[in-house]
Amino acid sequence: MSLFNWFRPRPTAPAARERLQILLAHERAVGGGSDLIATLKEEILAVIAKHFPLERDKVTVKLDRGDAFSTLEIDIEVPTMNRGQGATRMALRG
Amino acid sequence: MSKVLVVTSGKGGVGKTTSTAALGAALAQLGKTVVVVDFDVGLRNLDLVMGAERRVVFDLINVIQGDAKLPQALIRDKRIEGLSLLPASQTRDKDALSAEGVARVIAELREKFDWVICDSPAGIEKGATLAMHHADAAVVVTNPEVSSVRDSDRIIGMLDSKTAKAERGERIEKHLLLTRYDAARAARGEMLKVEDVLEILSIPLLGIIPESEEVLRASNVGSPVTLNAPQSNPGRAYFDAAKRLNGETVAMATPGEKRGLLGKLFGRRVA
Ligand SMILES: Nc1ncnc2c1ncn2[C@@H]1O[C@H](COP(=O)(O)OP(=O)(O)O)[C@@H](O)[C@H]1O
Ligand SMILES: [Mg+2]
Repeated sequence: MSLFNWFRPRPTAPAARERLQILLAHERAVGGGSDLIATLKEEILAVIAKHFPLERDKVTVKLDRGDAFSTLEIDIEVPTMNRGQGATRMALRG
Repeated sequence: MSKVLVVTSGKGGVGKTTSTAALGAALAQLGKTVVVVDFDVGLRNLDLVMGAERRVVFDLINVIQGDAKLPQALIRDKRIEGLSLLPASQTRDKDALSAEGVARVIAELREKFDWVICDSPAGIEKGATLAMHHADAAVVVTNPEVSSVRDSDRIIGMLDSKTAKAERGERIEKHLLLTRYDAARAARGEMLKVEDVLEILSIPLLGIIPESEEVLRASNVGSPVTLNAPQSNPGRAYFDAAKRLNGETVAMATPGEKRGLLGKLFGRRVA
């Protein structure tokens, strides 16, 4: 430890390490969680596409993991059904 | 015996293409026959990093779709004996890749080369899963940085579940290649250390490639760093990694750790 350490910002790598360990423990525990999301997205896309022309990147499926419960968030942007401009968004949380 | 290796990461810009070129060239320089295959359809870059961009006539998609035969699409490196490139298409997208087509091309490449090295696109979707599907072994390219480590963890999960080997209940060989490593910054606690990343990802270490301007210099002139600057820190680190892939035991050196007195005082490398 040299005198110059006083002028240095605090090391941030330990924080990175700790955050990763906690996050990845969680993500691995859910296991196959990423697959579930991908599968859900594909199936939702298939259902919606029967009714609207749909772009893949207009559908987002997100799983937010909380301690007590997790939130599944599905956000779908579809072309407006009337003649007006813009798009309609259907958001679903549950 | 032929081995299919995928160079993958999840995250973009971590050094997959650089590493594919450098490891492929190094293995060929060590006497193996090697083909490097660009799976980054639509965003091909391996041809450029290998200095073969003006020689591309046919590509992977042409071969998959039967518009060209494999030997017509393969580009032999003019500098390194035994090294070839199968370029990606720039005008098509990854939907032009079919699982059966990829399987057929990989099987044909296995017959011709000791090493088939697949440069994966970023992401975790079709392009990346096709690039890894037939691999016997994977090089997981990771930077000492939170988002890269997290994405590598995802990719490791996919290697263990989505590859043909995994589907057959076999284990795919996984190697960690830590790139753009700055030992001085890690020592100052500004960057994750080698041990941190190893502990978190818990796959064996293939090598540590230092952050180095030699890498950019090599890509500027279209030459793998093991050819352009074999004695440089990254050049040597890639050679060591290639030897380990070949089954040799090579002591692991953390490159770029030497610092002068000023550097020690200020915790900074003296340029
Ligand atoms: N060890 C390194 N030192 C310095 N720059 C590097 C190093 N490895 C890669 N780079 C640079 O990082 C950028 C991204 O590298 P690239 O191999 O194209 O990544 P990827 O294929 O994963 O997207 C390039 O500009 C490359 O020159
Ligand atoms: Mg790349």
